Amino acid sequence: MELYEKSAHELSEMLKNKKCSAVELTESVFKRISDVEEKVDAYLTICKDTALEEAKKVDEKLSIGEKLHPLAGIPIGIKDNISTKGIKTTCASKMLGEYVPPFDASVMNKIKSADMVITGKLNMDEFAMGSSTENSYFKTTKNPYDLSRIPGGSSGGSAAAVAAGEAVVSLGSDTGGSIRQPAAYCGVVGLKPTYGSVSRYGLVAFASSLDQIGPIGRNVTDVAMLQSVICGHDKMDATSKNIEYPDFTKSLSSNVKGLKIGIPKEYFGKGIDSSVKTSVMNAVKELENNGAVVKEISLPSTDYAINAYYILSSAEASSNLARFDGVKYGYRTENYNGLVDMYEKTRSEGFGDEVKRRIMLGTFVLSSGYYDAYYKKAKLLQKKISDEFNGAFSDVDIIATPTTPSAAFKIGENIGDPLKMYATDICTVTINIAGLPAVSLPCGKDNGMPVGMQFIANKFNEQTLLNAAFGYEQIVGGFNSVAAIK
Amino acid sequence: MNKDYEMVVGLEVHAELNTESKIYCSCKNAFGLEVNTQVCPICMGMPGTLPTLNEKVVDYAIKMGHALNCTINSVCKQDRKNYFYPDLPKAYQISQAEVPLCQNGHLDIMIDGEIRTIGVTRIHIEEDAGKLLHDEAFAGSLVDLNRCGVPLIEIVSEPDIRSSAEAKAYLDTIKSILQYIDISDCKMQEGSIRCDVNVSVHKKDEPFGTRCEMKNVNSFSAAVRGIEYEYSRQVALIEAGGTVVQETRRWDDVKGESITMRSKEDAQDYRYFPEPDLLTIVVDEEKIKAIKESLPELPNIKVMRYVKELGLTQIDATLITEALDKSKLFDDTVKLGKGSPKGIAKWILSDISKYINETGKDINSTPLTAKRLGEMVEIIEKGTISNAAGKTVFETILSDDKDPSVIIEEKSLAQNSDNDFLENIAKEVISNNEKSVTDYKNGKTNALGFLVGQCMKASKGKANPGMMKEIVEKYLAE
Repeated sequence: MELYEKSAHELSEMLKNKKCSAVELTESVFKRISDVEEKVDAYLTICKDTALEEAKKVDEKLSIGEKLHPLAGIPIGIKDNISTKGIKTTCASKMLGEYVPPFDASVMNKIKSADMVITGKLNMDEFAMGSSTENSYFKTTKNPYDLSRIPGGSSGGSAAAVAAGEAVVSLGSDTGGSIRQPAAYCGVVGLKPTYGSVSRYGLVAFASSLDQIGPIGRNVTDVAMLQSVICGHDKMDATSKNIEYPDFTKSLSSNVKGLKIGIPKEYFGKGIDSSVKTSVMNAVKELENNGAVVKEISLPSTDYAINAYYILSSAEASSNLARFDGVKYGYRTENYNGLVDMYEKTRSEGFGDEVKRRIMLGTFVLSSGYYDAYYKKAKLLQKKISDEFNGAFSDVDIIATPTTPSAAFKIGENIGDPLKMYATDICTVTINIAGLPAVSLPCGKDNGMPVGMQFIANKFNEQTLLNAAFGYEQIVGGFNSVAAIK
Repeated sequence: MNKDYEMVVGLEVHAELNTESKIYCSCKNAFGLEVNTQVCPICMGMPGTLPTLNEKVVDYAIKMGHALNCTINSVCKQDRKNYFYPDLPKAYQISQAEVPLCQNGHLDIMIDGEIRTIGVTRIHIEEDAGKLLHDEAFAGSLVDLNRCGVPLIEIVSEPDIRSSAEAKAYLDTIKSILQYIDISDCKMQEGSIRCDVNVSVHKKDEPFGTRCEMKNVNSFSAAVRGIEYEYSRQVALIEAGGTVVQETRRWDDVKGESITMRSKEDAQDYRYFPEPDLLTIVVDEEKIKAIKESLPELPNIKVMRYVKELGLTQIDATLITEALDKSKLFDDTVKLGKGSPKGIAKWILSDISKYINETGKDINSTPLTAKRLGEMVEIIEKGTISNAAGKTVFETILSDDKDPSVIIEEKSLAQNSDNDFLENIAKEVISNNEKSVTDYKNGKTNALGFLVGQCMKASKGKANPGMMKEIVEKYLAE
């Protein structure tokens, strides 16, 4: 087994016990990148030279017996909407094609103080808007399990890189499912943390009240380790919650005996492939066989969630993306006649269709005369959805649902039909609306393509969530390592 | 003013707060530094940055809220006001829309000695934008972002103002309060206080007319000119059979006229919505109370008290109130009950102000304590010493750090009010100045002054001048 195929927690032990060096590990990952990246297209920027330097430093520290963070020396890929000082952060947009941030996102400071090795910046849908990476201005990432299929999105590069062995772990961001949906399609584990548990400072905003950075890995332990690194209060982010965050790895337990699992019937209705339903229900059955208590529940407002989501997220996006106006940084049109013309041409040429669609939608729902009918109603619905989840969590510990209605679709299959594309988020958006933590984990295959199961927990109950996921992982004897790229 | 028409004015005052740092980042809040040096990724609106609220801004705004008798909303949000302009790097201004921090207040102002109450609709907090620079040497425009994120409060009045003089009094009062509670430097030339003006006109006993908003009013005197211009424009328009349309106009103070900026149809839709990057502001009720208790007596209240209770003129009351140190000395002295408030005010506004201006000293750290000032004024008013001797006492207090009574004793400055002494002098002077006596009796009344002067001279300045004059008059009448 090559080093790049191993899990972060195994590699951590190997580094500690000098079974391999950080440089060897990093070289192994870059060897894998040079072998398969041409086919997968996960990266927008590859940072081989700096990564090897970082790895060398870790080896030096280890050689003098310095006590390092467990994830020191572990290669990590970063979604390209997370600001990296001195490294291009494009958001997969022409608008920021040449943009190099002068500062690091707060999560990057944490990654760097843990001495992790940054492999590069990963492809995504433009400004995190999309479900397939087809909205990237630069390229479409391919699903490592079938190169003719999408990897999901918007964190498609983050999920594909981990699945393909082009990074050991990665960071994504999740506004309506953007970590969990690609994790499901690529057969990896992706955690969308509780809103407020990971600092958003330096994450280029899509929808501020829904965005959350989270970890992707090939197994639950790696995800727990990375989440322990990135979570925590940050005074630079007013919405970050100032509470004690446990070390999720230390308390990781696979015991599911007595775990109360809620099955919301609304997540298993029409629009969900029967093979997906079967995979998820079989997984739940396995947990039940191991002592979990399964209970049917109801979350009646689910049907309205996708509408509320597209109103709230587009409204915020229309405002968040207004700063890309050609004045200060990023793309500016070549020829223009006056200020307004410069704005219009810059934004027409700099943004892709999906981004423009959301800006227009968001601008519309915030306009005077429409605000009450759309934005305010969506906010009321948000409250109702949250209340329903709250009610459910008085009865159950976690809720289990499919992550996506089907397995990964073909490249180009949905690109002409935005509504069909939006519907792929149906199982994930409610969680962002309610600000809850949720994890997607592999629960079988459909015609060779991975199927994902989503666990949802109450706010700041990541430990419960990860324990349940870890329990399932143990029951099935571990998840896949790296996809064989054909 | 056309007497058939009444004017209705509402004012929006923007004041920059003098906090150490900006409202949403830790950059220094300072004016006049090299362009684009007081900036960071946050106030420059770099992608991914987030605002965090400087709580001092909330405290300062609450101070003003109390000063203007507002209800303080202990729970309120911040909202985004969306519009494109190159001096606004995020393309939205963080402000407060639905629920302001302070609302439903009022301000008492004084006009010709009378009190007028102007309603204050709301006070909210927001961030300032940058500044565009136009340079001959450069074809385009340049932008200076130093001012981005400088904290502002916007104070919105009710349409309660009925003349340009009232508008001026309102603005002056707002300014003096801001300075009194030390939350703004109020430097007009630096743009730290600015206002927008809303004007409408209507015939008496008819409902309010359509209002026009005027922007770019950069001084209080420009506000007065702008209001008067706008009043005349609207009246002339109506008199000519036209109607006033709701619009935003731009005041050109050099030309002395306003021109249309945008009509109501072109009004910007700011698409306000709650700022998702910031938490709801929640202020502790105890803190709100503590801020209220920390406020000094406000200048407008002081002026009214000086006029109504102490009998000062509005001008003197305003002059004393303008400087916190002068009004402190005045209040302290009046409190001791020695000397009349008017007499004390006279000394503070003349000799003491002159001394302070010349020496640059702090009025409250000279040997002239409230106790000594009160004694000095009292002694002068009782006639124990003359006004001229009073000046000597004043100067000696400052130079020798002694009490008035000691100085009078040492310099034997006391006036002589002994009747016999004064009568003897009068007799002597009258008998030695027969010509003047004759002049007086022939109707040359200024001869009296000469004779009293001679008496004073004869007494070596010690005679009580009032008594002296009475005695001389008595003899002349004989």
